[in-house]
Amino acid sequence: MKVRLRNPDREVEVRGGRPVGSVLDELGIVVDTVLVIRAGELITREMPVRDEDELEIRPVISGGAR
Amino acid sequence: MRCRSCRGSAVIEIRRHHAAFCTEHFLTMFRTQVEKAIRRHRMLAPDDRILLAVSGGKDSLALWDVLLDLDYDVTGLYLGLGIADYSDRSHDVARAFADRRDVRLLTVDLERDHGYDIPTAGKRGSRSTCAVCGLSKRYVFNDAALEGGFDVVATGHNLDDEAATLLGNTLRWQTDAIARQSPALPAHDGLVKKVKPLHRLSELETAAYAFLRGIDYVVEECPLVAGNTQLRYKEAMNAIEQTSPGTKAQFFLGYLDRAMPLFRSEDRAELRACEECGQPTMGRFCAFCRARAQILGERLGTDPEPSDREVAGELADEVLPAEIYDRAVR
Repeated sequence: MKVRLRNPDREVEVRGGRPVGSVLDELGIVVDTVLVIRAGELITREMPVRDEDELEIRPVISGGAR
Repeated sequence: MRCRSCRGSAVIEIRRHHAAFCTEHFLTMFRTQVEKAIRRHRMLAPDDRILLAVSGGKDSLALWDVLLDLDYDVTGLYLGLGIADYSDRSHDVARAFADRRDVRLLTVDLERDHGYDIPTAGKRGSRSTCAVCGLSKRYVFNDAALEGGFDVVATGHNLDDEAATLLGNTLRWQTDAIARQSPALPAHDGLVKKVKPLHRLSELETAAYAFLRGIDYVVEECPLVAGNTQLRYKEAMNAIEQTSPGTKAQFFLGYLDRAMPLFRSEDRAELRACEECGQPTMGRFCAFCRARAQILGERLGTDPEPSDREVAGELADEVLPAEIYDRAVR
């Protein structure tokens, strides 16, 4: 399964057939710090993903001078 | 996972609420939280003219969208920081949003209007890049609001921003800063009213709102922000939040409800007009004019040496219009 990560932009390949939360754990990503987008829709951490899926994991954290 | 309201399929889980929501009910919850913030802190009146600080990021565009849907009169203000492609892209998405909603976007450009950009300021001045950027924003927003006759300046600070700031102030026991971290600061002596209507909503929620509303926003992080202290505090709070959902909200919203009054003091800053620009300050020259002069290699006034007051002001690096204002209105 292809996963697009942001900041910096990069793509990694991970195994499907498991919930999104498991993918985030493997990538060391805290669940509340990202949006997970599949086919243009948000999905929650317990949703199963398949090998043929493509995900975007988009960070929500922003910093600097506000 | 099912929507708490309708039991339909959920698109977002908000762990601190032990709840998940479908798109429709998440957007409703989001707007309700903004309305609650506005009402509880008396942020906005129905006929207020609002100037919204727009960065092109998820928070400011989400706030603009909500306030327009709530029928407020909101004009955006974009500040060009001169950070190469990042600033260009930020300006583009801010303009695209304004066009889409048919609303007005004002633009101030630091280089064009004040003679410097943020990358240059970070190299030449004594302040960090993020410090001089924050100083410039607060100055320009207040100045533009006064110039345009706006009643209030709104910013997109969210719960994570406020919790991280409170954590930093608490770790250093900056009691004066802790005392003034209110999401609504009334107008005072040349300082326009400031409000933060997103302070009850997390970054996850503002990002989800922007995504679900189809708002194009800048996902990329500012290229100058690496190592920023605020980001480290956010990461620390997120590490706690991961195992104890709700900690951030308890920390900041609990502070507003129960702790902020304990930090108030009778100390009230005396303000005067900056001799260079006229904005409120405690010394002869405001922090913005002092920083700008330092960046451009210029001298302010005619005195060969700075006064003790100016030196003291320079040491208090964050004595800016917003902060002066915060102290003055306590």
